[in-house]
Amino acid sequence: MFLLMGTGSLFAETPAAGAPAADSGSEWLGVGYYVLLFLLVCVIVAVIGKILKIYELTLKMQGKKGINWNNFIGYVCVVFLVAGLYGAYWSFTVQGQQILPEPASEHGVKIDQMFWTTTAITTFVFIITQILLFGFLFKYRGSEKRKAYYYPHNNTIEKIWTIVPAIVLTVLVVFGFFIWRQITNTTEVKGDINIDVTAHQFAWELRYPGNDGKLGTTDYQTYYSQSNNLAVSSKDKSSYDDLRADTLVLPVGKSIRLNIHAQDVIHSVFMPHFRLQMNAVPGLPTFFKFTPTITTADMRNRLDDPSFNYLLYCNKICGGGHYNMQKVVMVVTPAEYRVWLSHQKPYVNDLIRKEWKLADAGNKVGAAENKIALNN
Amino acid sequence: MSTLAVQDHAVSHDHDHEHHHHETFLTKYVFSQDHKMIGKQFLITGITMAVIAMLLSILFRIQLAYPDKSFPLLTTLLGRFAPNGRLDPEFYLSLVTIHGTIMVFFVLTAGLSGTFSNLLIPLQVGARDMASPFVNMLSYWFFFIASIIMLSSFFIQKGPAGAGWTIYPPLSALPKAMKGSELGMTLWLISMVLFVASSLMGGINYVSTVLNMRTKGMDLWKMPLTVWAFFLTAILGILSFPVLVAGVVLLIFDRSFGTSFYLSDIVLNGKLLPYSGGSPILFQHLFWFLGHPEVYIVIMPAMGISSEVISVNSRKPIFGYHAMVYSLIGISTLSFIVWGHHMFVTGMNPFLGGVFMITTLIIAVPSAVKTFNWLATIWRGNIRFTPAMLFAIGLVSFFISGGVTGIFLGNAALDIPLHDTYFVVAHFHLVMGSAAIFGMLAGVYHWFPKLFAGRLMDEKLGYLHFWATFVCAYLVFFPMHFMGLDGVPRRYYATTEFPAFSQWLSVNTFITWAAIVAALAQVAFLYNFFHSIFFGKKATQNPWNANTLEWTAPIEHIHGNWPGEIPTVYRWPYDYSKPGAEEDFIPQTVPLSQTMSSNQEHDFEDNPAGLDQFNAWVKVNRPNEEVK
Repeated sequence: MFLLMGTGSLFAETPAAGAPAADSGSEWLGVGYYVLLFLLVCVIVAVIGKILKIYELTLKMQGKKGINWNNFIGYVCVVFLVAGLYGAYWSFTVQGQQILPEPASEHGVKIDQMFWTTTAITTFVFIITQILLFGFLFKYRGSEKRKAYYYPHNNTIEKIWTIVPAIVLTVLVVFGFFIWRQITNTTEVKGDINIDVTAHQFAWELRYPGNDGKLGTTDYQTYYSQSNNLAVSSKDKSSYDDLRADTLVLPVGKSIRLNIHAQDVIHSVFMPHFRLQMNAVPGLPTFFKFTPTITTADMRNRLDDPSFNYLLYCNKICGGGHYNMQKVVMVVTPAEYRVWLSHQKPYVNDLIRKEWKLADAGNKVGAAENKIALNN
Repeated sequence: MSTLAVQDHAVSHDHDHEHHHHETFLTKYVFSQDHKMIGKQFLITGITMAVIAMLLSILFRIQLAYPDKSFPLLTTLLGRFAPNGRLDPEFYLSLVTIHGTIMVFFVLTAGLSGTFSNLLIPLQVGARDMASPFVNMLSYWFFFIASIIMLSSFFIQKGPAGAGWTIYPPLSALPKAMKGSELGMTLWLISMVLFVASSLMGGINYVSTVLNMRTKGMDLWKMPLTVWAFFLTAILGILSFPVLVAGVVLLIFDRSFGTSFYLSDIVLNGKLLPYSGGSPILFQHLFWFLGHPEVYIVIMPAMGISSEVISVNSRKPIFGYHAMVYSLIGISTLSFIVWGHHMFVTGMNPFLGGVFMITTLIIAVPSAVKTFNWLATIWRGNIRFTPAMLFAIGLVSFFISGGVTGIFLGNAALDIPLHDTYFVVAHFHLVMGSAAIFGMLAGVYHWFPKLFAGRLMDEKLGYLHFWATFVCAYLVFFPMHFMGLDGVPRRYYATTEFPAFSQWLSVNTFITWAAIVAALAQVAFLYNFFHSIFFGKKATQNPWNANTLEWTAPIEHIHGNWPGEIPTVYRWPYDYSKPGAEEDFIPQTVPLSQTMSSNQEHDFEDNPAGLDQFNAWVKVNRPNEEVK
């Protein structure tokens, strides 16, 4: 009881806190106000309870039957059913407008189709069963005049309602399985744009391949240092033209392969517009392959919101900053992409060159490559 | 053979009873070995933990509803955990973690199974007590110590564990990764090891009691569904909890002894740590190998209780008793091969994900069967709306609403955008959170006279409690589906950093207020509960006109449950409104020979001699039927 009073006082502060620089007096007024309000409700409930008791006693004294609570609850069930169905309808129509942003990837469209099929089936089941449940409660509310129907089992009916859900679920499983395999059964093919996304508390690092179209391999045990913080291998030639970027820029209509890494704890690459999610696991690189279909500019037009941006955010609890670990995602035309890419800084900067003892730090990349080739 | 054993036990017990009857306060109320008292201990500890966990949820709901406001009172109450009147983001995660841990393990596992398995298994199968009363007592005290250790983490410098109730490493393994991974996490792990020990001691007791100590005539197919549910739940616990301990012990090794079971290539604060070769995914496999059966450990006892309560209060036999048992067995078996559906997007082999998706959707079939059978049970019933009945109905409603969204999440393709969003939060809070707690409350209202020597809880307050909680639970969890479908992630301290989520702020405020009203509605329950213990209306021996064995035991609690011999069982527990019977219930202890007018051919399936007698009786008394 005391603890719950505590709850009362906790939320009781809302209005007081809203007032700027509220002195402590008004703060406690706020708490007290809500506590009193709750006590008042308790008193009213108690009074109503007593009135009911007295009313039933007088009825009994007059030789009448007391309130028929069974009937009363039966009617409440109907009220709940109607109000509940209306509430669900309201939620579906109003809040339903705010869900599922337009899918901006090829597989996203398929996932949405699957989603709407499942929604249609489950909503149907949900409504029918709830109507039956509360409808039966009302219709068969108890009375002394009736006796329940002794009906312990009926094998035929039971077989039907085992087999029908089984068939429906089989259909859903088969479709879901094929879509899932299409999305995930993706080996790397030529022409895929590989992008490294590396997560750490509480930011994302991006690495793009250079002209060779290949990302240098990584190995934390061997190559990690403060400057080479993605642990790119100095032995891999393709490392040398890799690029660092601040924004995840993607060319529209191209197959993108995100190679996902984490350095400290598990994070998760979550891009709801692209219906994309994959955990970033330390020591276990993962990937997700997809094709964006709508450019940011196009989406801004469609939404009529010039400030709109696709976002990548973390969706696996990773510490205190988990709630604000985001990265802007820009989908652009391939031409824009090429221009943008040419402006990105090389990953192997002067510091790393020094570390790797590349004598002519600052010289052309080509020279560095030769050097490495000789070292090999 | 088992009958003999029971008789022996009875005799030796009576002997025992006469000679030393001295019970001190300590042996009666504290270190009691009586299953009824241990059940009460579990219940009251469970309710206390539930209230605490509920208050924690209100704290973080306030943060979600008013992310930009400062509440000086929070600083007064929580000190450094809420500087400047706002929750600390890491403490927010601790609140979420401890709320989940307490609710799943301490309330819905120990509080639910601990209470009702203890109370009902011996009373409903006809036993004097549990198979091992001393181990049973230890089970409670391990649970109690685990609870104390879990709560104690609020009083240490860095606060409680904060990596989520699933404590995925490396976050939970690296004390430097967050405050909630320091001493608080150590306490969490110690608490859970003790908790599992408690749960195993309880579970082994439940299984051995059900298997060995049933009274004469109580074959497995005459057991009430409650006992079936507790029995299968205990088996699940025995098989799965040790795996959690394995996972937890390896985590303790990683945290404290420098091993690398779960760790590899970790860079923290700019330094490469010397871990290599481990896999964080290994922990997830171990965790969810318990974690998924765990949700059935939570819901199955609630289902059993509801089945019983619905049948009694519909005055009808449970529809498809065998199907109900087989679906419980099916759920139990399948629950061990679906754990991977928690890991679709963790980087687990996608083919494996596909397999887990198939097994997951198969488990929906027995669940659907149970739902339809409950609906068929109330169909053409004569429904008596006791508060227990309402809560049992609430379970069915929640189980449907939360169950259908499981079909989305079990589908690996749909799980990609839905994983770890509020859609998941809505799903499991309805299907295993609210549903299980409603099952537990149904049990409390229904068996209150058995718990507290013949007292009844107040019905009107029960109605108020039910409707307020039921409506508010829907108001809290229904809108969360839509937030999840918009991609709002769970475990976010605030969504204010994302302009797109501003459309959900008013919904968040609404949810918080619904949660607060729901929390306040529990005052009605707590008052009713504690007041009725001492001042509740006196009940008759069998207040609900139920068939099961516990209502044949005397109102006053006696050690050994029944004076004299334990009653013998002759029939299944669901002979309600049987045509030809005088009353609308026939207790299990009434022999078929006393109810000739209501017997049916079906009652003599394994009893050819009885069937002959029955046919002879029919020939004489119901000549018309014979012609058919």
